[in-house]
Amino acid sequence: MSHTDSNRWRTVDIVVASVIAVAFGVVFWAWGLLWSATGAAFAFFPPAQALLYGVWLIPAVLAGLIIRKPGAALYCETVAAIVSALLGSQWASIVILQGLMQGIGAELAFAAFRYRSFRLPVAVLAGALTGLGAAIFDFVYWNKAYELTAYRIPYALITIVSATVVAGLGAHLLTRALANTGVLDRFPAGRDRALV
Amino acid sequence: MSGVVLRGFGWRHGGRRAWAVRGVDLRVESGERVLLLGASGAGKSTLLAALAGLLPEDSGEQEGTVEIDGLDPRKARERVGVVFQDPETQLVMARSGDDVAFGLENRGVPAEEIWPRVDEALCRVGFPYHRDRPTAALSGGEQQRLALAGTLALRPGLLLLDEPTANLDPTGAALIRRAVADALDPDTTLILVEHRVAEALPLVDRVVVLEPGGGVRADGSPEAVFAAHGDALAAAGVWVPGHTVPPRHATTPPGDVLLTADRLGLPPRLAPTDLRVRAGEALAVLGPNGAGKSTLALLLGGLLRPRTGALTASAELAGRDARTPPHRWRAPALARRIGSVFQDPEHQFVTGTVRDELALGPRRTGRTEAEVTATVDALLDRLRLDRLAGANPYTLSGGEARRLSVATALATAPRLLICDEPTFGQDRRTWRELVDLLAELRDDGHGVVAVTHDADFVAALADRTLTLDRPSADLDRALTAGPAGVPGSVGSPSGGHGASESAGRPGADGPPSSPARPGADGPPSPPPRGAGAP
Amino acid sequence: MIDLEPVAAPDAPLARRNPVAKLAAALVFTLVLVATLDPVAPAIAIAIELAVLPLFGVRYRVLARRAWPLLAGAVGILVTLVLFAADRSGPVLVDAGPVLVTQGVLVTALGLVLRMLAVALPGIVVFATTDPTELADALIQNAKAPARFAIGALAAFRMVPLLEQEWRMISMARRARGVDAGRNPLAKLRLFGSTAFALLVGAIRRGTRLAVAMDARGFDAGTPRTVARRQHFTRLDALLVVAAALLAGAALTTSILLGTFRPLIG
Ligand SMILES: Nc1ncnc2c1ncn2[C@@H]1O[C@H](COP(=O)(O)OP(=O)(O)OP(=O)(O)O)[C@@H](O)[C@H]1O
Ligand SMILES: Nc1ncnc2c1ncn2[C@@H]1O[C@H](COP(=O)(O)OP(=O)(O)OP(=O)(O)O)[C@@H](O)[C@H]1O
Ligand SMILES: [Mg+2]
Ligand SMILES: [Mg+2]
Repeated sequence: MSHTDSNRWRTVDIVVASVIAVAFGVVFWAWGLLWSATGAAFAFFPPAQALLYGVWLIPAVLAGLIIRKPGAALYCETVAAIVSALLGSQWASIVILQGLMQGIGAELAFAAFRYRSFRLPVAVLAGALTGLGAAIFDFVYWNKAYELTAYRIPYALITIVSATVVAGLGAHLLTRALANTGVLDRFPAGRDRALV
Repeated sequence: MSGVVLRGFGWRHGGRRAWAVRGVDLRVESGERVLLLGASGAGKSTLLAALAGLLPEDSGEQEGTVEIDGLDPRKARERVGVVFQDPETQLVMARSGDDVAFGLENRGVPAEEIWPRVDEALCRVGFPYHRDRPTAALSGGEQQRLALAGTLALRPGLLLLDEPTANLDPTGAALIRRAVADALDPDTTLILVEHRVAEALPLVDRVVVLEPGGGVRADGSPEAVFAAHGDALAAAGVWVPGHTVPPRHATTPPGDVLLTADRLGLPPRLAPTDLRVRAGEALAVLGPNGAGKSTLALLLGGLLRPRTGALTASAELAGRDARTPPHRWRAPALARRIGSVFQDPEHQFVTGTVRDELALGPRRTGRTEAEVTATVDALLDRLRLDRLAGANPYTLSGGEARRLSVATALATAPRLLICDEPTFGQDRRTWRELVDLLAELRDDGHGVVAVTHDADFVAALADRTLTLDRPSADLDRALTAGPAGVPGSVGSPSGGHGASESAGRPGADGPPSSPARPGADGPPSPPPRGAGAP
Repeated sequence: MIDLEPVAAPDAPLARRNPVAKLAAALVFTLVLVATLDPVAPAIAIAIELAVLPLFGVRYRVLARRAWPLLAGAVGILVTLVLFAADRSGPVLVDAGPVLVTQGVLVTALGLVLRMLAVALPGIVVFATTDPTELADALIQNAKAPARFAIGALAAFRMVPLLEQEWRMISMARRARGVDAGRNPLAKLRLFGSTAFALLVGAIRRGTRLAVAMDARGFDAGTPRTVARRQHFTRLDALLVVAAALLAGAALTTSILLGTFRPLIG
């Protein structure tokens, strides 16, 4: 299977990565409201709210799988965070730092395979690592004041599980579904379809 | 300033077996003005994309060569300016002036030269607003002009225009054509794609006709080409000037009323309008860009909830739902009764192949699989989409997509069909096919409402016309001021504001009788006639 | 709904500052505050923020509208702390089974809630007073961000209002074709999902076409770009960043001097 020969981003790479980021920036913004609104619903076991977390991490894995260029995951997750801030996310600039942390996680997974493999295991690993990035940030920043074993650790673990399933597996399935519609024809991810 | 040479050029889009264009040998000298013609799907847009260097190597297969001034088009992009069929996807920036400046920045034009050139380009196309005007707030025609300005500002040696006036009202289209004529330097080469030959002829001195199978069918001065090949070209689908089409008016008087709109409106998009739609009658809705025609179509189609007035369906149309307004009907019932064709075909596509797209409606309305297959095959054949049955709807050419979207609505044979610009971008042959299909539907006793800018279409099919006016600030004021504001014309219960109707049957040989405009502007005019008033 | 227009008076003295300076100031201010868990430093910071708000031309009402979801967040923090606080020192105020509220818990809760507000407000103010085009321009010209990426992101950002329209169009198209969910909640969810997917597909398709249109106008042709809209980073802009650092530092120092400082790490 031949890959794009250079790691240089074409205009479509940039624009489509940005479009995904913008679309998910809107989702983030809405998800933030949902998160705030469902806080009370998880009162029985607040760490379980981290189950919702994975949705915030999809763009990192998705862009990595579609664009297949170094930096795609980091760029997309960060821009999505900036967009949600521009739209008026209640967490404002802090989400940019979070976006960076989360993006780096997924980026490391793709880099570990030298941007050569984009199969399911890699996607799942990217999901897990972006979840790890998110979990570390929250462990230190948001959850410092909570009990270690009863809250911080379960929260971190649930975040990673949610990321692995929703962002990792979810982005893999989403990429496949997108490829089937033909919109990814200009990307290697879209051309894999013909081989199946 | 730029010359074009094509030698045996061909392009096949990825995923297609057929070549979009093939075997084209063509030489265009610097400063020539060429009208590129050909049936829908003949490959005109593909050829323009090739000249602009915009066919990505990885998205298809090329044959032969293209050269702009002896260069590969991908290396000669600096010399070429292109305006595509759809202006909306071409605007990049949030403010109009910034959008024109975008290309100049990319080309490295010194900063102090940029704004004078932006202003000059905006002025040349007659852009009516300030540079700061948000691009999101522009109407289709204004976007078209802005896209043209963004291209002209680059002073291209070769200007490529792909149906630059599709979807514009006649005034707007004339403005764009004038803008192009005024804006062209004598040494700029122009290649224009336009189905409506008569309007485009003043701009060009040469006509090239592409043959759908491959190659160039005819080439030369317009007079020579049409004199030598006129009849053959007309039969093949080219709009040869002087070749008229026979009208298809209703032969029987219209039947019962299907829908009644009573001061139906959605301010500020559509002022309250009165209207009756009858079975066995084709009603054309006319009016300038932004008058609210598409909004009216969506309201009549039961897809938008009206903010003012009411829409009532007769028992004949609505069956047991006659007491609820169409926008509250369940979707399958709606699709059986009222079919809608959207202005932008792509807005309408739901599935992944042409065949599924056509089968969706009949399936949802509960036909048997055999019936579905029969309907789909018949439509594919009549609208010449059979070759494309497996294609993704979003990869169709402009005209093919339009045909498909009309066909999807025809597939459920709804009692009432509402189409928004059903004939734009069509070659003559499919245009006639569409008119015939709609006429048959009407003659079978169905109602047809068509929003259109196409005077030929009105002349050929419409039994009655309704003309909407642009809802202006004046009108709003008049409406809120009540009867005192505009004596006589406002407040009468039957008054359709901003709309006027002409029941006269337009002749086949001329535009429909120009309807009276109800007066928001100027002195009191006669009160608008109520739609169904005897 | 989503409003993209800056919601502040554009000629307010600080709103006019360079977007990069505003962003940097907000980040610096935020980062300093992140370092502590005590209630005093964020309280001072909030006072400072509210005091400079008029200089940014943001009205308190607008701020309240953007910030209200934070209150829900505050409730969440409170609930979680009551159940899971690590530090339950101090006199017991309420003791009912798992709910053990001590003075220490309340102080921590106050600290966390105030910190959340203090950290969020600068960002809200900056983004409420910044035009995306100017932010991209300033990022390119003053922060040396790569132009292709900044412009690409900006062009994509223009799609936000279009997404909303597109959503309505897709829903109408489905309805016109006989597809709806009726009253079945599961079918509703499925329809919602498929509409959202169609929206993403449409957005990506638009993106590919936009990229072609951008290439047609010489984007990424290799020619060095010039800039039509100059953004300047003046001494006043630098001053804004320094002032943000100093003010945040002052809040932190006060807290240390008062002995209330509780570092995040350690
Ligand atoms: N992106 C694409 N992928 C696959 N096939 C395509 C694509 N674009 C166009 N085609 C096909 O190539 C052929 C030529 O299309 P093209 O758009 O060039 O036609 P056209 O002459 O401009 O027609 P129209 O007058 O209807 O706009 C058509 O059959 C069309 O279906
Ligand atoms: N979804 C929308 N939200 C807000 N305003 C809209 C929307 N759609 C259209 N408009 C505005 O409402 C007015 C009427 O629009 P409409 O599309 O109905 O006009 P039209 O007569 O169909 O024009 P055209 O001939 O250009 O298609 C226009 O000013 C348009 O900008
Ligand atoms: Mg075309
Ligand atoms: Mg319209």
